[in-house]
Amino acid sequence: MTVTPLITRPEGLYCPAGDFHIDPVRPVARALITHGHADHARAGHGAVLATAQTLDIMALRYGEGFTQSRQVADGQVRIGDVTVSFHPAGHVLGSAQIKVAGVGPSVVVTGDYARQPNAACAPWEPVPCDIFVTEATFALPVFRHPDPLAEIGKLLASVAAFPDRAHLVGAYALGKAQRVIMLLRQAGYDAPIYIHGALQKLCDYHLSQGVPLGDLRPATVARGKKGDFAGAIIIAPPSAFAATWAQRFPDPVICFASGWMMVRARARQRGVELPLVISDHVDWPELTATITELNPSETWVTHGREDAILRWCALQGRVARPLRLVGYEDEPE
Amino acid sequence: MIGAFAELLERLAFTPQRNRKLDHLRQFFAAQPDPERGLALAALTGDLGLRAVTPSLLRGLASDRLDPELFAISYDFVGDLAETIALAWPDAVPGPEVPLSELVAELQDTPKARLPGAIAGRLDALGPSQRYAYLKLATGGLRVGVSARLARQAVADFGALALAEVEELWHGLTPPYAALFAWAEGAPKPISAARAPFRPVMLSTAIDLEGLQALDPADHVAEWKWDGIRVQAVADQGARRLYSRTGDDISGAFPDLLAALDFEGVIDGELLVRRGDVVAPFNELQTRLGRKSPSAKLQASHPAALRAYDLLLWGERDLRGESFATRRAALEQAVVGLDTARVDLSALLPFSTWDDLAQLRADPPDAVIEGVMIKHRASPYLGGRIKGHWFKWKRDPMRVDAVLLYAQRGHGKRSGYYSDFTFGVWDGGALVPVGKAYFGFTDAELKELDRFVRNNTVERFGPVRAVAPKMVVEVAFEGLNRSPRHKSGVAMRFPRIARIRADKPAGEADTLESLRAFLSN
Repeated sequence: MTVTPLITRPEGLYCPAGDFHIDPVRPVARALITHGHADHARAGHGAVLATAQTLDIMALRYGEGFTQSRQVADGQVRIGDVTVSFHPAGHVLGSAQIKVAGVGPSVVVTGDYARQPNAACAPWEPVPCDIFVTEATFALPVFRHPDPLAEIGKLLASVAAFPDRAHLVGAYALGKAQRVIMLLRQAGYDAPIYIHGALQKLCDYHLSQGVPLGDLRPATVARGKKGDFAGAIIIAPPSAFAATWAQRFPDPVICFASGWMMVRARARQRGVELPLVISDHVDWPELTATITELNPSETWVTHGREDAILRWCALQGRVARPLRLVGYEDEPE
Repeated sequence: MIGAFAELLERLAFTPQRNRKLDHLRQFFAAQPDPERGLALAALTGDLGLRAVTPSLLRGLASDRLDPELFAISYDFVGDLAETIALAWPDAVPGPEVPLSELVAELQDTPKARLPGAIAGRLDALGPSQRYAYLKLATGGLRVGVSARLARQAVADFGALALAEVEELWHGLTPPYAALFAWAEGAPKPISAARAPFRPVMLSTAIDLEGLQALDPADHVAEWKWDGIRVQAVADQGARRLYSRTGDDISGAFPDLLAALDFEGVIDGELLVRRGDVVAPFNELQTRLGRKSPSAKLQASHPAALRAYDLLLWGERDLRGESFATRRAALEQAVVGLDTARVDLSALLPFSTWDDLAQLRADPPDAVIEGVMIKHRASPYLGGRIKGHWFKWKRDPMRVDAVLLYAQRGHGKRSGYYSDFTFGVWDGGALVPVGKAYFGFTDAELKELDRFVRNNTVERFGPVRAVAPKMVVEVAFEGLNRSPRHKSGVAMRFPRIARIRADKPAGEADTLESLRAFLSN
């Protein structure tokens, strides 16, 4: 391969032929953004191209002035000598994989992606490409995420077993929180779900986009007593558990919805009493199946546990290389 | 069923609070039939007696199914062999639910050469959390924070039985404890058939000089309270056992002392490491505790001995209904003829007034004394903590003024509060951590500490916050040992935060040097 459509720079992935970055970790002139999580979508770029929902989410989080100019990704977009297109990634609302074609081999950058059904966003689509640029957050054979409805079943069983306690579910504000709510609704839980103030804007936005989250109420007790939240499910960003905010609930059961909860030591370190293995990333079987299915001529690994997936590719006789991009978190807070 | 057991282990592993663990166990005993619940109980108490499946056997299994390099990367991330295998084992089609009894019987009866194949076959037919439970069952060590005693407490709670009675019976019972569960559910109490059973130990209540004023010194005797481990030494028709005061059989760790139990009877006493007249500090005893088969070298360097306090049975005679005075006279006779290097008598202290005793207590002749015991001359030997017969008057706790360094959030009712504290003392110009405490303070003090932590955080490490070194707390503790594992070189016993020293600037907190003065060795 003589032409390299993407190169790595300190700012992140860069396309020389189109003079743009994808998910840059520092302000740049022109950025293509895969999704709204803070480590991928940062404020301060000159121009941003992203899905309409990702642009909305960035505006909600950073204010309308998060970029000087913005453009909604719609169909094939010509930038310099290349054509880019956005395809659903199944990770969070608005999340997309970005395909870059026209100069040298075609490339798909996944951003973060998931293949489990998620009622809070559009499902992942396979996009044929020569070079597959994948994340590797859960790229270890130990990560095989269980059926999320079975995990929600655990939560509901615990609520039934401890009706006097409040269940505090830690879930990141964008994506995971709405996913958990939708899973609860799918499991037939139609009682009000209480949410931390930090989730309000994003939950409202999901409702406006047609995600039926049901009856959500603020988890505030202006004049309330501790017993008010007995038996209730409260969803909050995990950081809230460290705040005095958590002191208002009766003998709470601390739950955390994350793919990391597969590993006991991780769950215990966080003081979690009820780990819920609910992930919005591909697990090991999904990642390896995706590479097999797309059958790219090269696989590049952006961030995560690249050692294991590189080893797997080697065993399969596949060409793979680590990009070792820095600045992306395992799961954004 | 292994599924229910896996679920129980999962709950216990993530439940830090003791009472909640008891809840989970009770619910499990109520829901599971015999022999499943009994086998689970035996797994928790360590009485299942399975031939241990070794780590190397498990590694071999894993490398047959997984690329060794991928397995190594995974193990490195997860940190627990059984868990790594449980998670990474290639999924097959889960079979039907398997009873624990079937799995236990298979692990017991399968010849060694066929064991790896049998285990692999089971792993193929189980889901991930069941694979974990199965591997933990097979390897021993469940590590879910449940002691044998807590498990027995749960059975007692389940059947509204007295824990002391369950403990007395325990060593006469064998898994799967059908008779025990039947008793818990209303059947008559089983009759212990075991030789050398455990008898409930008599415990004391705390008292101080003020409380003693209501008692007549002439009616009481006093002894030193030794800082070892309270034990019951039993010899019954050739069977010899050493029990902790909670009824755990610790005989295996102390063959040297067991050999000296050359009598028929039951002696209550303190287990110590003793070289001639010199009693070693508690941490030397600790080095012998967890060793299932201590080396001859360790037995020689750390000889175990019993300091006799009381006599429950002697020959055919049950002395428990007799007065302390009668039992003491019999005890003095009983120890004559025993190897004095292994068994000796706890001395009675000379005193005629409580002030005399206070003076003795203030200046004990040995560092391994942690106070005095006061016993009514007429007291019978009663299992449990019965008021009015025996009293402990512990040495005042040691105290040090330390600076708060780190804090971590608590669980359950303390969720959201910083309630686990690490504190340090000065060593040169720096503060060195010397201990952790998560109790001792009042609710009001907890709020104050919590507020302080939130307002003075300087750094975060995951759930741990480092705070500006400004707050001085008075830490009370029961003893200080040398510890090469701690950076400070010392380890406190039972540290707790006695009070907040708002009046004291951090610079005036104690030094490591002044703390070291409390070392007992």
